[in-house]
Amino acid sequence: MKFDTVIIGGGLSGLTCGIKLAEEGRRCAIVSSGQSALHFFSGSFDLLGYNGETEIHNPIEAISKLDATHPYSKLGASTVERLAKEAKEFFETMGAKFVGDTDKNHYRITPVGVKRLTWLTLENLGTLGTDGKLPWQNVCIVNIAGFLDFHTTFIASEFEKMGVHCTIKAIMMPEMERLRKNPTEMRSSNIAKVLNNKEVLARFAQLVNSESAGCEAVILPAVFGVFNPDTTNEFKSLLDKPMMLLPTLPPSVPGIRLQIMMRNYFQRLGGVYLLGDTAQDGQISYSKVTGISTVNQGDIQLEANSFVLASGSFFSHGLIAHPNKIEEPVFDLDVLSSENRADWYNKDLFEKQPYMEYGVETDEQFHAKYKGNTLKNLYAIGSVLCGYDPLKESSGAGVSILTAMSVAEQILKKGK
Amino acid sequence: MDKQQYNISENNFEQCIKCTVCTVYCPVVAVNPDYPGPKQAGPDGERLRLKTPSFYDEALKYCLNCKRCEVACPSNVRIGDIIQSARIKYGKSKPKLRDMMLANTDFVGTMASPFAPIVNFSLGMKPVKYVLDKVLAVDSHRQFPKYSSQKFVSWFKKHAEANQDAYPHHVSFFHGCYINYNYPKLGQDMVKLLNAIGYGVHLLDKEKCCGVALISNGLIGQAKRQAKLNIESIRKSVIVNSMPVIGASSTCIFTMRDEYPHLLGINNQDVRESIELATRFIYRLIERNQVKLAFKSDYKARIAYHTPCHMEKLGWAIYSTSLIKMIPGVDFVTLDSQCCGIAGTYGFKKEYYQASQEIGQSLFDQIESAKVDLVATDCETCKWQIEMSTSAKVDNPISVLADALDVEATMKLNNVELR
Repeated sequence: MKFDTVIIGGGLSGLTCGIKLAEEGRRCAIVSSGQSALHFFSGSFDLLGYNGETEIHNPIEAISKLDATHPYSKLGASTVERLAKEAKEFFETMGAKFVGDTDKNHYRITPVGVKRLTWLTLENLGTLGTDGKLPWQNVCIVNIAGFLDFHTTFIASEFEKMGVHCTIKAIMMPEMERLRKNPTEMRSSNIAKVLNNKEVLARFAQLVNSESAGCEAVILPAVFGVFNPDTTNEFKSLLDKPMMLLPTLPPSVPGIRLQIMMRNYFQRLGGVYLLGDTAQDGQISYSKVTGISTVNQGDIQLEANSFVLASGSFFSHGLIAHPNKIEEPVFDLDVLSSENRADWYNKDLFEKQPYMEYGVETDEQFHAKYKGNTLKNLYAIGSVLCGYDPLKESSGAGVSILTAMSVAEQILKKGK
Repeated sequence: MDKQQYNISENNFEQCIKCTVCTVYCPVVAVNPDYPGPKQAGPDGERLRLKTPSFYDEALKYCLNCKRCEVACPSNVRIGDIIQSARIKYGKSKPKLRDMMLANTDFVGTMASPFAPIVNFSLGMKPVKYVLDKVLAVDSHRQFPKYSSQKFVSWFKKHAEANQDAYPHHVSFFHGCYINYNYPKLGQDMVKLLNAIGYGVHLLDKEKCCGVALISNGLIGQAKRQAKLNIESIRKSVIVNSMPVIGASSTCIFTMRDEYPHLLGINNQDVRESIELATRFIYRLIERNQVKLAFKSDYKARIAYHTPCHMEKLGWAIYSTSLIKMIPGVDFVTLDSQCCGIAGTYGFKKEYYQASQEIGQSLFDQIESAKVDLVATDCETCKWQIEMSTSAKVDNPISVLADALDVEATMKLNNVELR
């Protein structure tokens, strides 16, 4: 099968790149081995939030202090700024509205109520004002009885530290009680499916209104609109006071919605999305990739002028850790890592873990390296890349989105 | 040394990281709270069942075996296989008379064909439907697919078989039960299309139902016997006669390629790659410039494609849709890939009728609002479900291609000369 570009990996980075190319009429295929890490989405995209323990308030200014091998250093501060500003609009055209600014980080609220600096947050999800405070003094934190992935007491104790008085309530409904038959399966996405029903949603809203009487606002888990983007705002309109949603432990309902939104948009542009298929046996000749095979397509190879590796990190099997080697499984690309397994990790779990910076090596334009040479038509983007620590820096989504956009620009510049 | 790397089971269940992504995309979880969902029914439950079989939960019967959990899994766990294997290994409920009737497509089809007009008439009659509903628990909302008075195989032997050897290339055709007993036209379309590109069509030495309905209704012994017979015939075709085997039903092909080794323990490794859907077979020939198709200039249709669950698992919808898009007069509509709810014999059972319709509802709505002339799909039970639940007419991509095909021009393009 022939395409202009074949992208390996259908998560945030692969889809961003695919959409950018398909918008310009390029024929693209995405091979995605199962669903992506967007299913664990916090509701916020980070650009660059921390340098060790130090907070970064203007990510663009902080780029000059990064190592030369960091993906942002390869892009350069001005490109990061330009693409980051474009990104907000990019997601809005697909129907995902974000709040936040590129040159000024804001605080998001994590599932356990702690504040973290971030770049863009989905509308309706919890953020703090520029003063680092909530706009209310007296809120009601409402959970669904039996839902264990939303930790109301942790959230309340963090909010109390900010001087906000919290009342905790749990709502019971027969529809939700039915879910508790399998307590381990009372998860955000299952609750969201129950709340897809308009009548149930309206009754739930009534209960939230009466339980939160006397409070200025309600804080709820983000369990609205798993397959329907309108449910959240519909629910909001049924409430008699302001609402703030907080992310839950996985799966992430806003993340699932974003994944579906991006995939549908890509397919409407004519993109081919091969879900549940695994890329293998990348064919390389004379420093160029000529084709890849996949498990499902068998002897029918995927051929293209350019290839993009957006296969993710260890979780998505974009990188595989063997006892003494870290491998990139599709092309066997050069991977930055130590040969000594003991160097991979720090025994203190909460310290910086060296393996987080391991990944595929590239040149300044993100051409992947293979046996010391750069491949002319294979780019690596997103979390398969080396040279950054998404966890410690709060930079994961930014690297995924911006390297994808930059590589798409390069491919478009080359012409068909 | 890390022992874990040498300790991975066939169905990969220890690779499950409990992310719950499978449960998000399970069509049953959304409508039936009695079903614990693929994570719990599959890898989680397997851990317990390995300890003691008494942990087996009868609610596993609610699984449709659609495999959408496997398609979604980021860790390549064979969740659907784990659930179906557990049903086979631990399930205690015996198949009812109704289940045996629904599952034994060959037997019922053979009995029904000679009396097709009477059978079709009676199955549509209210009192018969009432009895089916009340006594056998086959839901009265269901219409049975009509039986054909002439089986495909009889038609083939009478009208087509004699000149198949005259074509320059050859394939074997696994027609399946639906084409043979209910809808010979699809088989005729297959012969027309393949003949036009220079391929002679041959039946397998012996063909039995692929066994998918036997597996889902717990008739495993019979499923194994039929699978062995089919694989033996396929071996003869592929290895002795060098003819690949093609079919028109995504479920038959999926079952013979993957369920035989995974659920029935039947090794098909030597022939698996030679069993495929005709649309993939034809696509490959076109891509390799070995075949060209010419279409009628006056063919016009707005067509939507529905991806059956087993087609999603095979990952081959791209071949059927690419071929349909090659027809110049087609205005193509993409539908979201989702389960239609029928899942073979599942939706015929009274106890599952409502769940079956709820699962398919958003697909039916999407089809109605798309205002299409035709829905194309590679699965016969999806066809029944969509035709019963919407106003749309449904056909297999092979029939769409055959209808739009300019046979003479295609034969000329491919220099097809009969010997």
